[in-house]
Amino acid sequence: MTDAIQSAHDTTIVVAKRSKLRKLADNKTLWRGIASIILFILFWEVSSQSKVWFGIQVPFIGKVPPPSAVLENWVEVVQRPGYWQSWYLSFMRVFFGFIVAMIVGIPFGMALAVNRYFRDIFFPPFEVLRPIPPLAWVPASIIFWPTTELSIAFVTFLGAFFTIVINVLGGARTIDVQYLRAAQSMGASQWDLFRRIILPGTLPSIFTGAAVGMGITWEVVVAAEMISGGGQQSGGGLGFFIWSSYMGGSLAQVVVGMISIGIAGYFSSSMIRYIGYLFMPWRRIF
Amino acid sequence: MATNKTSTRRKARKTGKANGHATDKQIAGKSKLELINVSKSYGEDWEREEVLVNLDLEIQPGKLTAVVGPSGCGKSALVNLIAGFEHPDSGQVLLDGKPVTGPGRDRMVVFQESALIPWQTAYQNVIFGPQLRGDMSAAQMKEEADKLFETVGLVEFKHKYPLQLSGGMQRRAELARALINQPKVMIMDEPFRGLDAMSRELMQEFFLRIFEKNRRTNIFVTSEIEEAIFLADRLVVLSNKPTRVRSVIDIDLERPRTFEMLSSAKAYEYKREAMEILHEEALKNFKSSGSQSDFVEAFSARNE
Ligand SMILES: Nc1ncnc2c1ncn2[C@@H]1O[C@H](COP(=O)(O)OP(=O)(O)OP(=O)(O)O)[C@@H](O)[C@H]1O
Ligand SMILES: [Mg+2]
Repeated sequence: MTDAIQSAHDTTIVVAKRSKLRKLADNKTLWRGIASIILFILFWEVSSQSKVWFGIQVPFIGKVPPPSAVLENWVEVVQRPGYWQSWYLSFMRVFFGFIVAMIVGIPFGMALAVNRYFRDIFFPPFEVLRPIPPLAWVPASIIFWPTTELSIAFVTFLGAFFTIVINVLGGARTIDVQYLRAAQSMGASQWDLFRRIILPGTLPSIFTGAAVGMGITWEVVVAAEMISGGGQQSGGGLGFFIWSSYMGGSLAQVVVGMISIGIAGYFSSSMIRYIGYLFMPWRRIF
Repeated sequence: MATNKTSTRRKARKTGKANGHATDKQIAGKSKLELINVSKSYGEDWEREEVLVNLDLEIQPGKLTAVVGPSGCGKSALVNLIAGFEHPDSGQVLLDGKPVTGPGRDRMVVFQESALIPWQTAYQNVIFGPQLRGDMSAAQMKEEADKLFETVGLVEFKHKYPLQLSGGMQRRAELARALINQPKVMIMDEPFRGLDAMSRELMQEFFLRIFEKNRRTNIFVTSEIEEAIFLADRLVVLSNKPTRVRSVIDIDLERPRTFEMLSSAKAYEYKREAMEILHEEALKNFKSSGSQSDFVEAFSARNE
């Protein structure tokens, strides 16, 4: 009797597992994605090998190293600790700037949204500073902060901060007033309103802001590393990796650096998406 | 003494006949709501729009008062004042003689647009009130909620999110969320607007069953006259802006109500009466808006 139940139970597990694999195999989006990447690489390989297309010299594509050369270079590069050091440095900078931007930006945006006086005082200067591109802060930042590392961190922080704040503010201010009213009728205190309505209602915008902010952070880090990375006291990072490869004349290695940043950025935004998925169960339903 | 009172009331409810009017005993203990000389306008000084002007209205205890009026005349504004979300510029809103100063669990609103909180499941939405106030034990809360899900027929959908429910289900969940708070007055602001004809009828019947069982004082705003007549004990017709009570029609149809009653001569007469008033008000709206008045005049001239 119990055996029968047990074995039935086992079969269901197997079925469940198989159907999960099945689902993956049936996932057309996945296959299309893989196919398009392979096609892209093939096209790249062919076009960079043959510098003459239909009798016409193609100067640009001819200079780009083919994927095979990039891969070859990559295999060699991954054995150098300096390459991984670059990953580590860039990641640390991105995360430091990003985390600080979240820690400061979310409460700041919330305060702007819920408190009129706070908004009246702080929103105007914020709006004046916001349009300044993060990279325009680099010289001032280098002068102001004692170390290059700190100035890179500061510029990275700015890149994410403005985006996060503006998203939090927008999200919190567009929460349907009916939710607040319904909660008030049922006896919610100010704190209840914040905790049960405003905060969860702003979560989607917080994650949108985080995803966009993360993208900007990578942009800023790479650029800042290129600008300041050559100094004696710091340096490194994927941005500097690309820059020094360029100076050293290895085009294949430049491409290795570029793809590395692509992968790093993808990894970062996937992580944000995944955390958002964990935090917002009501958005999983579609 | 107190127990004695409640027991006679309960007896009265049991023996009370299901005829047109609630008996006095049924009304005992129910809440009365009054609006006295209430005015409300919106907008800044230079473009102030008077919406409600010197409006007097009595919502009788234990009765369902339907409110109809031209679109945009201030029905939702009225609801907001009664619920305490907004305050009148002058005049008073009284619940059992005491002025209303803000929102409270004694007046629950079912909103025009669904106000179920999207990040909470239907169950979490329903227990939201008691949970916030902490006035029920966990076991009691669960029991009450389960009973209500039974009543509104959503037992299997308890743990779904609002977006996973159909429009009709959302309305029922919202009804359950209001009922668990045991309000003295239920305020419904066009709760079935936007539902298809079929689910609308089902919801009306369903809602009537709930009302006829506990006879809670009820304000039901709607733009459908048939719906109003089908549900209501009293029908309040509002005028065009600036809005006041234009007419009150007592709906003397038996309870429990059935859809067949709507085709009775009496119901037809109520409908005609209300339509006439509303039509007059609608025409006023046309006339007061300048350029269109020519069109209306031309149109009525042609019909003469
Ligand atoms: N918060 C507000 N600020 C400014 N004007 C408002 C506000 N609320 C309502 N009004 C105005 O008051 C009038 C009445 O609005 P209300 O929503 O109460 O109408 P209604 O009768 O409920 O209309 P509907 O049938 O479309 O639901 C409208 O002209 C509207 O523009
Ligand atoms: Mg309305």
